[in-house]
Amino acid sequence: MAKIKSLDDLKKMQSDLQSKINIREQGENPESHVQIKVAMATCGIASGAKEIMDFLINATGKRNLDVVVTQTGCMGYCHSEPTIEVNRPGEDPVIYGDVDVKKADEILEKHVKRGELVDGIIPVTHKTIDETK
Amino acid sequence: MHLLVCGGSGCHASANGDIAKALNEALQLSGLNDEIQVVTTGCFGFCEKGPIVKVLPDNTFYVEVQPEDAEIIVQEHIIKGRKVEKLLYKDPEKDEKISDSAKMDFYKKQIRIALRNCGVINPENIDEYIAREGYQALGKVLGELGDQKTIETMKQSGLRGRGGGGFPTGLKWQFANTNQSDEKYVVCNADEGDPGAFMDRSILEGDPHSVIEAMTINGYAIGANLGLVYIRAEYPLAIKRLKKALEQAKEYGLLGKDVMGSGFDFDIQLRYGAGAFVCGEETALIHSMEGQRGEPTVKPPYPAESGFRGKPTNVNNVETFANIPVIINKGADWFAKIGNKKSTGTKVFALAGKVNNVGLIEVPMGTTLREVIFDIGGGIKDGKKFKAVQTGGPSGGCLTEKHLDTPIDYDNLIEAGSMMGSGGMIVMDEDDCMVSVAKFYLDFTVEESCGKCTPCRVGNKRLYEILHKITEGKGEPEDLDKLRNLSSVIKETSLCGLGQTSPNPVVSTMENFWEEYEQHVKEKKCAAGSCKNLMSYHIIEENCVGCTACARKCPVNCISGEKKQVHKIDQELCIKCGNCMDVCKFNAVEII
Ligand SMILES: Cc1cc2nc3c(=O)[nH]c(=O)nc-3n(C[C@H](O)[C@H](O)[C@H](O)COP(=O)(O)O)c2cc1C
Repeated sequence: MAKIKSLDDLKKMQSDLQSKINIREQGENPESHVQIKVAMATCGIASGAKEIMDFLINATGKRNLDVVVTQTGCMGYCHSEPTIEVNRPGEDPVIYGDVDVKKADEILEKHVKRGELVDGIIPVTHKTIDETK
Repeated sequence: MHLLVCGGSGCHASANGDIAKALNEALQLSGLNDEIQVVTTGCFGFCEKGPIVKVLPDNTFYVEVQPEDAEIIVQEHIIKGRKVEKLLYKDPEKDEKISDSAKMDFYKKQIRIALRNCGVINPENIDEYIAREGYQALGKVLGELGDQKTIETMKQSGLRGRGGGGFPTGLKWQFANTNQSDEKYVVCNADEGDPGAFMDRSILEGDPHSVIEAMTINGYAIGANLGLVYIRAEYPLAIKRLKKALEQAKEYGLLGKDVMGSGFDFDIQLRYGAGAFVCGEETALIHSMEGQRGEPTVKPPYPAESGFRGKPTNVNNVETFANIPVIINKGADWFAKIGNKKSTGTKVFALAGKVNNVGLIEVPMGTTLREVIFDIGGGIKDGKKFKAVQTGGPSGGCLTEKHLDTPIDYDNLIEAGSMMGSGGMIVMDEDDCMVSVAKFYLDFTVEESCGKCTPCRVGNKRLYEILHKITEGKGEPEDLDKLRNLSSVIKETSLCGLGQTSPNPVVSTMENFWEEYEQHVKEKKCAAGSCKNLMSYHIIEENCVGCTACARKCPVNCISGEKKQVHKIDQELCIKCGNCMDVCKFNAVEII
């Protein structure tokens, strides 16, 4: 990796990375895939997030689903750990709480494959920095 | 198409299940149940207008929905494509109906600034941080702003320390900048000692680069080349992610020698704490990092003058740091507009205790306790009554019903007899005894006092003993005076912030729940039913059928009575475990 030498380097890198993400999220690319994020902070792991992550990685592989499973930090929903976020290209991200293996399986079969939402969604209750004027 | 029904246990919990059922039935009648799914969700954080039904994909947001409304939602909205006017939210100010939830994010009471990347990016991948403007604030500081303008921006933003004290960050940086020395240091306080608090841990685990970037900015602004993160060893995941992030930042040239080609060198190292509460106090923390005993020393001199190795040192908290890149990127004015005049920006709280939605939340300063507890928190568990909320951890106090509409900021909380603290917020209900709560915190302080100064070492122990005596039912009226006097002596004569604030839980509960103390002492009663020595279990003769269930369940065999005869509890032997009450099917056990 070449070192970043200036703010312009950084901005260029940001826009490259950003367009990669956009292609994935907006699904312009036929190869775009679903992304699932698992909240893997201490609290999430303690309530079983690791098991869910392992299940998702295995199951998406076995079922030949075009899904990327990644880890992220705490989403803040301690009342409903473990939590995961499903991003289907071109759709708003959806967060699910209290995910166990059974629920994860249902999410793969219904939401990921067919775009059907299932019970256990956690509504977004905050604004982001970009939504704050 | 989807119908989302709020299934949070908050608002009108019982009705929600019925609404989902009614919607499903209405869909079935119209033969639409295959195309349209009814999905239950968690709390929308808008309980005052609950129950809520949201229609996707058009984002229509229906409020105060009753099961009877299912029919009309299906008939009108789904079949005919017309919104159901009477169920739309009405903006009380403009008197107009709002139909699209995208236009009504006012009900979203949280703003995530410090937590902006937590739960969004993969903390172990620097690219994801960079994709979200990461390290651009640093680039701006190194390339455009320079030290003075950076400090000026911090001052203008109004940012105050999130570690508890609330000292203006810009001012602190200025002191460290002005004090001349061959070496200076930046310290990140990640000790996070308040019981129940985990804001800083979550930030380090979820967004370590924001802290690294901010510390580097801080280093450049005051002229330091080394940053130290003092983190407790019982945060292994935070340590692991922080280390990984440090490596990646170095690899990219964003840390280490010649940061971003600017000629500025900055390195960050970790120092591990053993989890002592007092080591969160900045002077004790610095001594601990120097390999000395973790004991505080008198201020002044402040660390900005003489800190780590006797050199000017700037200490800031994790959450304080996490705000800084955003302030540089978005501007001081943007930040200062959020929150109150004297407390700008947001505060992260670990909301815990008897609320439905426990969690990590971030609200603008000036949000009321009521909004936090009843909207975001979804109200009190099991429909019980709100009694108090504890903020500020062992240095804070308990606030009550009358404080619910107080806007949360540094100054208001102090005025109300508590403090902001680092962000623990514990909600209590009618079953919590306030004397016991005070005792809990004193127990903690006694354990955590470093023992250096007498008022804290001995005084807190005596406070604890008196509280214990009261909860045991042996309190005397003089004890209440003693609690008061001792508290004020400890506060006035202790050396550091630990002792100066440790009586706060006692003082504030005495102030707000005086009757409860009196009741414990004079009537020997604990209305919350939590002090075991102040209550006893009795069998109600009329209700007892002599089933023997309680006698069989009693772990100390203190219940006697023949089959089909009224039973009796031997008060001498009873350990008040409550088993008898739990097993009795005839409501024949009562607490007096
Ligand atoms: C007993 C005691 C414990 C403290 N614990 C912490 C702590 O765990 N984390 C923290 O950031 N500040 C803690 N502080 C406050 C620090 O002394 C210091 O004010 C703070 O780290 C400064 O950073 P800030 O201005 O960004 O808040 C504690 C203070 C006292 C008196």
